[in-house]
Amino acid sequence: MAIFNLTINGKKQQVDVDPSTPVLWVLRDHLNLAGTKYGCGIAQCGACTIHLEGVAMRSCMLPVSLVGNQSITTIEGLSEDGSHPVQQAWLEHDVAQCGYCQAGQIMNAAALLKANPNPSDAEIEAAMSGNICRCGTYTRIRAAIKTAAAG
Amino acid sequence: MTLIKTTYNRRSFLKTTTLAGGGMMLGFSWLASCNPTPEEVLSMPEEWFEINGFLKIGENGLVTIMSPNPEIGQNVKTSMPMIVAEELDVNWDNVIVEQAPLNTDIFTRQLAGGSQSIRQGWQALRMAGASARRMLMEAAAQAWQVPVGEITTEAGVLHHKNSGKSAGYGEMASAAASIPVPEEVQLKEVRDFKIIGTPRRNVDGLKIVTGQPLFGLDYRREGMLIAMIAHPPAFGLKLKLVDGSAAKAMPGIRDVFTIKTYDEGYEKQWCDTSAFTELAVVVGNTTWEVMNAKKALRLEWEPIPEISEDVTQFGGNKKDIKTPAGLEDSNTHAAKMAEMGAKAAKAVRKDGDPEAAFRNAAKVIERSYSAPFLAHNCMEPMNFFAHVTADKAELVGPVQTPEFMEKSAAARLGLPLEKIDIQMTRQGGGFGRRLYGHFLVEAAVISQKMNAPVKLVYSREDDMTFGAYRPAYHATYRAALDADNRLIAFHVRAGGIPESPLAANRFPAGAVDNYLAEEWSLDSNITVGAFRAPRSNFIAGAEQSFLDEVAEAAGKDPIAFRLELLERARTNPVGENNDYEAARYAGVLELLREKSGWEQPQPGVHRGVAAYFCHNSYVAQVVDIAMENGSPVIRKVHAAVDCGIVVNPLAAANLSEGGIVDGIGHALYSALAFREGAPEQNNFDKYHLIRHNEAPKAIEVHFVKNEIDPTGLGEPLNPPVVGALANALYRATGKRFYEQPFLAGKPVLG
Ligand code: FES
Ligand code: FES
Repeated sequence: MAIFNLTINGKKQQVDVDPSTPVLWVLRDHLNLAGTKYGCGIAQCGACTIHLEGVAMRSCMLPVSLVGNQSITTIEGLSEDGSHPVQQAWLEHDVAQCGYCQAGQIMNAAALLKANPNPSDAEIEAAMSGNICRCGTYTRIRAAIKTAAAG
Repeated sequence: MTLIKTTYNRRSFLKTTTLAGGGMMLGFSWLASCNPTPEEVLSMPEEWFEINGFLKIGENGLVTIMSPNPEIGQNVKTSMPMIVAEELDVNWDNVIVEQAPLNTDIFTRQLAGGSQSIRQGWQALRMAGASARRMLMEAAAQAWQVPVGEITTEAGVLHHKNSGKSAGYGEMASAAASIPVPEEVQLKEVRDFKIIGTPRRNVDGLKIVTGQPLFGLDYRREGMLIAMIAHPPAFGLKLKLVDGSAAKAMPGIRDVFTIKTYDEGYEKQWCDTSAFTELAVVVGNTTWEVMNAKKALRLEWEPIPEISEDVTQFGGNKKDIKTPAGLEDSNTHAAKMAEMGAKAAKAVRKDGDPEAAFRNAAKVIERSYSAPFLAHNCMEPMNFFAHVTADKAELVGPVQTPEFMEKSAAARLGLPLEKIDIQMTRQGGGFGRRLYGHFLVEAAVISQKMNAPVKLVYSREDDMTFGAYRPAYHATYRAALDADNRLIAFHVRAGGIPESPLAANRFPAGAVDNYLAEEWSLDSNITVGAFRAPRSNFIAGAEQSFLDEVAEAAGKDPIAFRLELLERARTNPVGENNDYEAARYAGVLELLREKSGWEQPQPGVHRGVAAYFCHNSYVAQVVDIAMENGSPVIRKVHAAVDCGIVVNPLAAANLSEGGIVDGIGHALYSALAFREGAPEQNNFDKYHLIRHNEAPKAIEVHFVKNEIDPTGLGEPLNPPVVGALANALYRATGKRFYEQPFLAGKPVLG
């Protein structure tokens, strides 16, 4: 066990965990932030996507010991009230079916738009293909990303 | 107005609690999410008045409507309350929706399966709203001393025209709560609907996009422990020995032991399916610690004996289920299926004289189709929370069959049914997997043993390798054409491991003079279960691909060819029990022909068509494929759907799109293969699920407008799209596709 000082959603947090613990489980089990989802645990589905210094990152294989001083943003911290343009676009297009994958999709889409405010279809596909949606909401996700980009 | 008797489960309309003081939430409120968030509603009422088990009204006019059925992404949590709100005649903006717990006294069929939630809930939901409205009207009539027949309602307000009096529902709610349940109620005419048929967004939308803890896996309780299971690596094996000493010594680990999911001699129900009923269990403080300790378990396995057991089926009949011993293999399966397809099987339906017709045919076409086992792969792996004490079991989580699993849990724990309390969270997908709730019982047994609240969590690997899979299927078709290219005989022989996908009375039965349908099956120890559109998810694609080849051989347009057959079935049907309405079937094909611009081909676009009837709904689809850099790209999918009245067009379109993507994805890419009894795929690096870049670029869904009571929508969209896809691929590549997955071996992109 070791003490880690983390900055999560702008707030300082301290956890005492095994250094190998992935950020995903630190968030879910130790910090009561369950918005970040477990889907595969092997960086294949994108359900656990967070932002590390503003860049999309899969948290299920990211040991907490590698975070250092980098700031973490989770779905709970993307906005206070769901007002982030990507969240708003998701609501407008009523994207979710079961909803389980959507936190990861939204975090990835938000990072994409930050790096590339006006992505082409091909760029959206390239950036989003690591995020599985078992319910098959892909066409709505694409439309919502375009709405968020336009807005 | 339609006058109906409120006979449907009258207990639903009785009050479940007596009225108490202000702010009463009846213990349901926190279920809307796993955390109570009443502050999200700006002005909560001081007091709630329960009108019936489905709804309560606050003194300020706010209405809470219970959503009775499990929400697995099919959006019943929005659409079922919409039906109540319609008949209650309230403004949708003033409605709060809450997930109801399992309560068989109030609700009927709290089950997510068979695309039946809306169809079977329709009358009860309408009645719940209509009877509450009537009680409010009677309360107003008494208060104003006027005949109830003169009271009208509009958007949550009661009016009496002659006296000019009016009052909000909230003002009359207290009085209405003590009015006897009416003997009969009036239902609205379809043309008067104001909420049904209008697009309404997901009631949990904001909670989903802000990452609220809605799902079973998100549930937590003070002092809760985490449990994970270890099961044999292959079907056909069972646990022999567990050495948990190393695991138990690891940090954060509380205990390691084995459990039996069901008691010796317990008579299983259909939804108790589980290949591994003896499991090793690791319990600890946190998920990561338990995951690590699991790796330190030393486990030994041994072969299972052949088993034969009576299992109570859905509907109550008992069936003898045989589980053979041995380690099974996909290559052997494929060879056996081909062998079975080549010999006569059990005839289920025969019209005319097919043998003679085939003998006299000008042309005979014969083709075989196959599909592999599939894992459900709900994005949220199986899990359940349990807190079992000496006299009570509290079970919380995602399950599609709470009212069935309640019985399994009661039997296993030795508690009476009323001591089992099941609450449903939002569910990260279902697709049929969560019908089989062994994980609920496992969680309960573990909690009982630990004497503590426990959340059982399956890893993705556990989830994928401990499944109730889509069976492997095979079908052989033969068609006979006469010299004028008319279809004179049709023969299907379909089977699978361990069940046949045959639907003998569906189209083209009834449209062909000489018809033979045969089925076969082979026992297996690989556990299977319902998978979105069971059986149809294979047989539709096979049949619709075959009909495409027959149409081609006959030199006919594939839509015209189907319409010609349907015309025969409509005007002069062959045989009995034809399981479809030919006119509605033809209706979706005609709508699709128009909406997809079928008769105006576009350069570079290769199109395939298919149509199917299942879950009481009719669907026709066209898939458009373009070749880009030598690879097929799905440009667009067009669908025409007749599912009766569409309750929520926005959700209906989304669910339809999902069905299409699901059908295409599995047909193109997915398979669960077995070697020596072990699944070869155990996570998304090896199991190929369709991804963004592989999904159709556009999907357009058109609904037939009619006033028929609503039918299924969660399933009927994915079966036919497999056929439309195969037919489009043929036009794009010149190659027919008979074996799923069509693009086997395409690398997975992680
Ligand atoms: S859970 Fe991290 S990518 Fe799947
Ligand atoms: S909405 Fe269910 S997995 Fe994406």
